[in-house]
Amino acid sequence: MTFHGMLYERPSDASAGQETGAPDCFVDLNLDQIVAAATAGYREYDLEPIFHTPLTDAGTVRYRQEIMQDLEQEDLLAPIKRFAAGMRAMREHLARAGKLYYKYQKEGWLLDAAAIYCDAVETLAQDLLDADLRSRGFLAFRRYLVEYTRSDRFTTLAAETRQLKAELAAVRYCLLIKGSSIRARRYDGEPDYSAEIEGIFDRFKQGTVKSHLVELPTSDDMNHVEAAVLELVAKLYPELFQRLDVFCSEHVDNVDPVVRSFDREIHFYVAYLAYIAPLRQAGLPFCYPTVSATDKEVRSRDGFDLALAKKLTAESGRIVCNDFHLNGRERILVVSGPNQGGKTTFARSFGQLHYLARLGCPVPGREARLFLCDRLFTHFEREESIATLRGKLEDDLVRIHRILREATPRSIVILNEIFNSTMLHDAIFLSRAIMAELVRLDLLGVWVTFIEELASASGKAVSLVSTIVPGDPASRTYRIIRKPADGVSYAMVLAEKHRLTYDRIGERLAS
Amino acid sequence: MKVFLMHEDRDFDLKAAPPWNEADLTQDLELGTLLDAMAQGDPFLREVAKKAVLSGLTDPTAILYRQAVLRDCLSNRGPIRAIYRLAVEAIAAERKQHLGVFSAHPDAILQRSVTVVRIFVKTLKAIRDIADEHAPSFGSEGFRRLVATLDADMDDRYFATVQECLRVLRFRRGVLVSARLGKGNLGIDYVLRKPHEPKESWLARLFADGPPTYTFHLHPRDEAGARALSELRQRGINLVANALAQSADHILSFLEALRSELAFYIGCINLDEQLALLRQPTCFPIPLPADERRHTCQKLYDVCLALRTQRPVVGNELHADGKGLVVITGANQGGKSTFLRSIGLAQVMMQCGMFVAAEAFSANVASCVVTHYKREEDRSMRSGKLDEELARMSAIVDRLSPNALLLLNESFAATNEREGSEIARQIVLALAEHGIKIIFVTHLYAFAHALHEAGLAGAMFLRAERRADGGRSFKIWEGEPQRTSHGEDLYRRIFDVRAVEPPEIGSRERSLEPAA
Repeated sequence: MTFHGMLYERPSDASAGQETGAPDCFVDLNLDQIVAAATAGYREYDLEPIFHTPLTDAGTVRYRQEIMQDLEQEDLLAPIKRFAAGMRAMREHLARAGKLYYKYQKEGWLLDAAAIYCDAVETLAQDLLDADLRSRGFLAFRRYLVEYTRSDRFTTLAAETRQLKAELAAVRYCLLIKGSSIRARRYDGEPDYSAEIEGIFDRFKQGTVKSHLVELPTSDDMNHVEAAVLELVAKLYPELFQRLDVFCSEHVDNVDPVVRSFDREIHFYVAYLAYIAPLRQAGLPFCYPTVSATDKEVRSRDGFDLALAKKLTAESGRIVCNDFHLNGRERILVVSGPNQGGKTTFARSFGQLHYLARLGCPVPGREARLFLCDRLFTHFEREESIATLRGKLEDDLVRIHRILREATPRSIVILNEIFNSTMLHDAIFLSRAIMAELVRLDLLGVWVTFIEELASASGKAVSLVSTIVPGDPASRTYRIIRKPADGVSYAMVLAEKHRLTYDRIGERLAS
Repeated sequence: MKVFLMHEDRDFDLKAAPPWNEADLTQDLELGTLLDAMAQGDPFLREVAKKAVLSGLTDPTAILYRQAVLRDCLSNRGPIRAIYRLAVEAIAAERKQHLGVFSAHPDAILQRSVTVVRIFVKTLKAIRDIADEHAPSFGSEGFRRLVATLDADMDDRYFATVQECLRVLRFRRGVLVSARLGKGNLGIDYVLRKPHEPKESWLARLFADGPPTYTFHLHPRDEAGARALSELRQRGINLVANALAQSADHILSFLEALRSELAFYIGCINLDEQLALLRQPTCFPIPLPADERRHTCQKLYDVCLALRTQRPVVGNELHADGKGLVVITGANQGGKSTFLRSIGLAQVMMQCGMFVAAEAFSANVASCVVTHYKREEDRSMRSGKLDEELARMSAIVDRLSPNALLLLNESFAATNEREGSEIARQIVLALAEHGIKIIFVTHLYAFAHALHEAGLAGAMFLRAERRADGGRSFKIWEGEPQRTSHGEDLYRRIFDVRAVEPPEIGSRERSLEPAA
C-alpha cells in the first residue's frame, strides 16, 4: 500500500470536508485556547488548519488514533523528537547559509545542513525499524523511508557529505601572528605550549585550583580577518575546497518532499500529546474514544474541560471530572442547578470531547463512546448584550433558527443559558418550542438552563443537576449528576448546615 | 610538592569543620586564653592555633610525629621564624598584583602570572637555602622530608628552566597558534604552539621543499581588523595564560600550606616563651592508645590560669591509670574546677601535638573531649535550668563515641540533691559501661557516696584538700567523698565568725537506691 501521509490513509479522504479558519464552535467551547496552546511551540509546522478540520469518517479517525497510540510509546516519541530537532536544525542552517557573504563559510553551513539531514533521516529509519509499530500510517511511512534511504539519490548524498565533513574536520593549520601580519601554513606537529608549561610546574600541583580561562566571546559570525585566514587555509588545501564548491552547486535542494511533509504532519500528534502530558502527569485520565457515525448512545466516564484543566493544573488547582451517558432514545442532556456549579464547564466538555474525537485525538476521561457528528453547533449566552435586550432576544432566535435549519439528525447542538434575560413566561414558551424541534430532529445535544421542567418535556431529554457540598452550600462540588431537578436538595443542604434537619433536631433535643 | 609538617601523609585542613562542641569546649576550658598566648596578637596565628587545638589527633603515632616537628622548631626558632616570614611576604606580594580592569584579557593574566611566578620562585629558592643551612639540626621526619623535597624539586637547573620559560612567554618572535575548522569553516580550538627549534626547521628547509606558507597583511588603517587580530592573539594565549596562572596558584597553595602549618608551630614557640617567662614547666606528653585507661601526671597545672594571672600556679598529681571514672569532691574553691580544666587542657594540647603544662604527663588519647559544665544562667529563657542541662547532656550523648573523655563540672545540681544524684548516677553508670572516660567534679554527696559504696573497680575518688586550719592548699588528693563541702568555711570567712553550728542537712541525704 502506498503512503499518502500521516493524516489521511487515502488522498481522497483529505479533500472531504476541508474547512478554512476555525469552526464557529471554537470560541464557545474554548477550543481556540486549546489549539493555540497546543500549537504554540510548533508554529513552523502550520498545524492550525489540521486542528480546524475535523473528520467525518470513522475509518480515518481510527487511522489517526492508531498513529497517536504508536506515538505514545516513549521509545517512539523520543526518536521523532530527535528527527524533528534535526530537521529544524537543517532548516536553520539553510536559512543561515542564505544570509552569509563569505563563500567558504556559506559552503560550510550548507554542508552541515546536508549532514544533519542525512543523519536525521538515517537515524529515523533505523529507529522506526527498531520500533514496535502497529499503525497503518507508521508502517507505510517506514516502508517508504527505508526504500528512500536505500536509493542512489540518498546514499550518494550521504557519502559525499560525510567524506567532505571528515576531510574538513581533519584540516589543521598554524598561524604565526606577529605585528599586523598573519602567516598560515599546515600544522607540523609543533608541541602544545600550554601542556609544556603545565609540565614545568606540575610539581607544585596542590589539588584543584580555579580556572583562569577568559570567556572569550564565541559566535558563529566571521569577521574579515577570520575570512582572510580562511582564504589562506583554502590555499593550503586547494583540492579539498574545490570539491566543496562542486558539492554545494550540485546539491541545491536535498530534502525529500514526503519526508518534509511527514515532519509537519507528525507534529499534529506530537503537539497534542505534549499538550496533554502535564495533565496526565497530574493524574488526569485520557482515553481513545470509540466513535460511531450511526450509534447515538454516547457515554463518558470522568471527562473534564480540557482548557480549564490546563489552567487549573498550572495553578495546582483541583479538577472535577464528570460522567454522562445517553441510552436508548435519550438524546438531550438538560443541565440545571445552582450557579457557578460547573454547568457551563460540563457543556463545554461535552462539546470538546466530541470535537477532539473527530480529530482522532485521545479525549479527557477514563472511557468514552462518542458520536461522530457532521456538525457541532453551539450557542452560548454572552454577558455584554444585556444592554440591548430586545435586539438580543431577536438575535438569539435568529441564530438558533439558523442552527436548527442547518442541523441534521447527525449534528450536535449545545445551548448554554439562552433566554436568561427573557421573561420567564416567554423563556418557557420559547424553550419548549425549541426543545420540540430538537427532539424532532433526533439530534444529540446539551442544554444548560434554569428552566428545570424542560427536562420532563420529552422522553428524549435527561435531567442533570449541579450539586453543592452538603453542609456548606456556599462551596461547589462541580459535580454534575443525573437526577431529577426537584428544587429540594439545595434547601435541605442549608437545613443540614444549620442542624435543623429531622435527625439533627432529634439529636439536639435528645442530648 | 607537599609540606606535611602537621600530618605525615596529608595537608593540614584549615577549612575543616570545627567540632560540634567548639563553643562549650572553648568556654569551659578557657581556650581563648591559650590561643591568645599562641597568637600574640596575630589573627592568622590565632586562627590556625584554634583549628589545630580544636581538631585534635586520635592516633598516638600522629601525635608523636608532630611532637618531633615541634622539637625541631623549638631548637631552631630563628630559622623557622625566617622561613615563616618569607612565606608570609611572598603571599602578600602576590595579593598586591592586581589585574584590575584587564581581568578579561589573557594577555594581562599572562603578564601578571609571569611576575607572580618570578616572585614565588625567588622565595622558594630563599626558603631552600635556609632549610639547607640548618638541615643537620633537624631530627624530625617532617622536616627531613621537607628539606629533601625542596632539594629535589628546587634545584638550580629547575630554576633555569623556569627562567627560560618566563622569557619565551614574552613572545618576541610572534605568537604561533594552531587551529582547525569549526562551524561554517570558522577557525576554532586555538592552541599556542612551541615553534620547532630553528635548527630543525632550517634543516627541513634545506632538504625538503619547505611547506607552502601564505601571508595576510592588515591594512595600516584597518582598526576593526586590528581588533580582530588582537582577538585572535588572545584566543591563542588564553590556554597558556590559564596554565601559567594555575601554576602560580599551585605554588601559592604550597606557600599557603607552608604558612599555615608553620603558623601552628610558631604559636607553640610563642606559648613556650610565655611560660618560660613565668618559670612554669612544660613537657612532651606520652600519648597512649585510646582503649587503655591511663592518666598519670606530675605537677599538672592550669596553663590558662597561669597565663591569665601571670603568676606561677599550683600543680597537682594524678595517678589514675586503670581508672575510667574519677569523681572529685571537696572544699569549695579548693581548686577542683581548676584541676578539672587542667586535665582537659592537657588532653587537648597533647592531642594536637603540643607540649603540656606539667612536669610529666601520660594519658590514653580520647576519641573526643567533651565538657558538661553547670551554666550560670538559663541562656534560652524557655526551659528551666535542669531542663537545659539535660537537653545539653542529651545532645552530648547523641555524639559520644567509645573512649571519649567527658568532663562534668557540677552537673545536675540545678535540682535538689536527691533527684540530681539519681540523674547523675544513672547517666554516669550508663556512660561508663559504654567505654566513656569520665571525670566528674560534684557537690552531690549522695551521688558520690553511692558510687563509692558500689565499689566499682574502675572508679577513683579525689578530694580537694582542706587543711586543718580551714585554709586551702588547692591540692587534690585521693579520698572518699565527705559529707559537706565545707561551705561553713566560706560562711566563716565572709561573715568573719570563728565558729558556727553545722547546718542541719541530714534530711536531704537519703539512700541513693533507685526508686522502685
